[in-house]
Amino acid sequence: MLDARILQQLTDIVGSENIAATPQDLICYGYDATQMEFLPDCVVHPDGSEEVARILKLANSEGFPVFPRGAGSGFTGGALPKGGGVVLVTTRMNRILRIDTDNLVAEVEPGVVTETFQMAVEKLGLFYPPDPASLKFSTLGGNVAECAGGPRAVKYGVTKDFVMGLEVVLPTGEVIRTGGETVKGVVGYDLTKLICGSEGTLGVITKIIFKLLPYPDAKKTMLTVFDSIDGAARAVSTIIKNKIIPTTLEFMDHATLVCVERRFNLGLPDSGRAVLLIEVDGDRDLIEKQAGQIHRLIEPLGLVQFRVAKDAAESEELWRVRRLVSPSLRDVNPDKFNEDIVVPRSKVPDVIRRIEVIQKRYDIPIVNFGHAGDGNIHVNIMIDKQVPGQLEKAHEAIKEVFQAALDLGGTMSGEHGVGLAKQPYIPMELTADQVAAMKAIKRALDPNNILNPGKMLPV
Amino acid sequence: MTKKQIDPLERVAAEMKKCVKCGACRAHCPAFSTFQREPATARGKVALAQHLCKGDITLDDGTYSAMSKCLLCGSCVEKCPNQVPTDEIVIAAREALAQRRGLTTFHKAVGQVIRNRKVMNFGALAAAILGPLFFRKVPATSGLRLRFPMPFIGGSRHIPQIAKKPFMKRHPEVIQGEPGKPRIVFFVGCMTNFVYTEIGEATLALFRHLGCTVIIPKGQQCCGLPGMSGGDLNTVRELAEMNLAAIEAHQADYVMTACATCGGALHKLYPLVVGKRNPELKQRLQALADKTVDAAVLLQKLGLTPEETGTGSGMRITYHDPCHHRTAGITKEPRALLKRTPGLELVEMEGADRCCGLGGTFNVYHYENSLDINAGKSAAIIATGADAVVTGCPGCIMQLSDGLKQAGDKTRVLHTVELLARKIRR
Repeated sequence: MLDARILQQLTDIVGSENIAATPQDLICYGYDATQMEFLPDCVVHPDGSEEVARILKLANSEGFPVFPRGAGSGFTGGALPKGGGVVLVTTRMNRILRIDTDNLVAEVEPGVVTETFQMAVEKLGLFYPPDPASLKFSTLGGNVAECAGGPRAVKYGVTKDFVMGLEVVLPTGEVIRTGGETVKGVVGYDLTKLICGSEGTLGVITKIIFKLLPYPDAKKTMLTVFDSIDGAARAVSTIIKNKIIPTTLEFMDHATLVCVERRFNLGLPDSGRAVLLIEVDGDRDLIEKQAGQIHRLIEPLGLVQFRVAKDAAESEELWRVRRLVSPSLRDVNPDKFNEDIVVPRSKVPDVIRRIEVIQKRYDIPIVNFGHAGDGNIHVNIMIDKQVPGQLEKAHEAIKEVFQAALDLGGTMSGEHGVGLAKQPYIPMELTADQVAAMKAIKRALDPNNILNPGKMLPV
Repeated sequence: MTKKQIDPLERVAAEMKKCVKCGACRAHCPAFSTFQREPATARGKVALAQHLCKGDITLDDGTYSAMSKCLLCGSCVEKCPNQVPTDEIVIAAREALAQRRGLTTFHKAVGQVIRNRKVMNFGALAAAILGPLFFRKVPATSGLRLRFPMPFIGGSRHIPQIAKKPFMKRHPEVIQGEPGKPRIVFFVGCMTNFVYTEIGEATLALFRHLGCTVIIPKGQQCCGLPGMSGGDLNTVRELAEMNLAAIEAHQADYVMTACATCGGALHKLYPLVVGKRNPELKQRLQALADKTVDAAVLLQKLGLTPEETGTGSGMRITYHDPCHHRTAGITKEPRALLKRTPGLELVEMEGADRCCGLGGTFNVYHYENSLDINAGKSAAIIATGADAVVTGCPGCIMQLSDGLKQAGDKTRVLHTVELLARKIRR
């Protein structure tokens, strides 16, 4: 689709080292964690907003699509080059430009890996809380574009809550700054928030200014086992209702525990039907007090085990239970649909009950775990695609799970985004007017529809 | 592509399906850390292997280039949420490439030489295996680089000295110990036999000290790992059978090696790639694998005491985990032995479990990248302020020495057994 002349122009922009179009390169930039695959026509690795701007201007004049990509670890296909075109990889832009300890802000390029950034600020006693499960390999640019969450969102919020400003190359090639590095600022529309979670459809992020926090003094990890799923779900709302906001409130249902226990034999009590992994952080004395309060509050809710980590090593041991969930799911069935619905915190017990009904109706295993503290449940629909009829059943079940979340005042995705995977379900959540408003924004910024076309909004 | 050409890949087709392309391998792959491009990742190679099976791509230069960018260090396998055995998939792909395209000049030479100890004894090892390293005299920009499928060219690499007399030539086949004490076959390995003979001497001294009967089978060959690295699995199979016969000729309680790489071959690779169509052979190789034990692990098991290993002089050391130890779960034993040795202070470096960058023949094909990976290692070693870095693999020793010399550092590089045997050999 791209002729030799365009390839040459792209080569002139990024240099021959940073453009690739062999069949092998195209395959390796055609996938992400959705297991869908679309081959691009070429892959470019630009460095800096100027190169990105030149690529986008060329795309407008020549009419080829451009698909921004970080680490390619997304769960919804946001970075996939559906229909072909140019994949624009941001990972060469991987510098931490500055960490300002006076103002508690940092400026980074989009290709910095999340964990690398966290370690750099932690060395200075500072804290960047967003912790998506992919933090060891996903990039900050991707985190902003998808508005990544993570377990610590209960207390600290998600990626957008830490983005103060951006440098963005608009789809038509203009380089703009949004926001800034002041805590307050109300001049103009809040374009920063608009770009956060826009899934690479409204601009290519080339710089990010993050807000930082002081690193918490101490933390305390607790593993709590309940004799009913309802008890665990009620524990979540009880803790919050009593004005304690833990850093993390991770939930695992019985199916999850069976998976983990079968594979890893962690010695969880047989009577356990659900687990909550609770972590509090802050002042050392305060968290001691909070841990005691939490114990008292949840004790009457069918608590069968309460373990508190004495040190970092024990904390890691308790977290192991949660980390082993993903690797053990495959034992249920080879293929999984990993959805990430959210409901208001108090509705967690209701949504779990609704999912149990759906599971029975379709007779396919559904394993639930996730960030119950903010109402974000990872619903894993486990099937074997080889078995005729299972894929269709899965799609029907997913639809009902989404409907359950929406009925309870929630949303179909808390942190994975829409991309291609959830696009067909959009009309369930957004009204025609909402979609029209969003499309008007897209058209205004990207009149030729060259930047990540065909994503998020219904086509 | 015909079925036969991708046959080795069909062997691992079911394993490929386990990869969900999540990208976790990006965090751990040393090859990706230096190339920074997706084809160097584990999931990239799995995707390419899948497309090879489908016939969308062929076993051409591009595939060859991607598949060469793997150190077979196994770190992606350990950290993979789905335990995808990318190392096995890469080995299969390299075998398919070798079957289709023939071996590269370099790997042909490797295959010929490692199959023939007689040739090796005449110094051909130096010419054939280390040779390419010696040849790094043509400037990096030379067109020769394009002519040869692997760069014979490079910088000022530090090449270890070849021993004047190989270790095995210095000792009889059987060294009798005390009655009732274990009988141990010593699988020496090429690096110890031809280059780092001191490791062999120290190992021998330690087990003799413990009263063991040490058997050094004359018929033992190269373990075959360098062949595997290039996809020459036929050579591996041939060597596996030769080594098996040489070892089985002796009655022994253990087959011990002081080389992590050789241990990996005997323990994991042989049962994996040899004897698919010969259950009897496979069973014998599995028995050999079960008997194979690392020198440090066996020393601990046989109860080597701190009194026997005290060095006298104080020394600050740090420990590097060879990949073939890490993947076999050998990390605690060497540290335990070193830690309790009077006079030794063990300080952990950052990323002790990260690959040194040697990666079999990766180092020959991608020398600059190998050094790039190693640079991080050298920095971590230097940061500990240790007098010596200690490890359990002669291959790592060569690479670590090169890296530290390139960094202008004087930290010594020693094998665990060399330190443990100091008092005994004094």
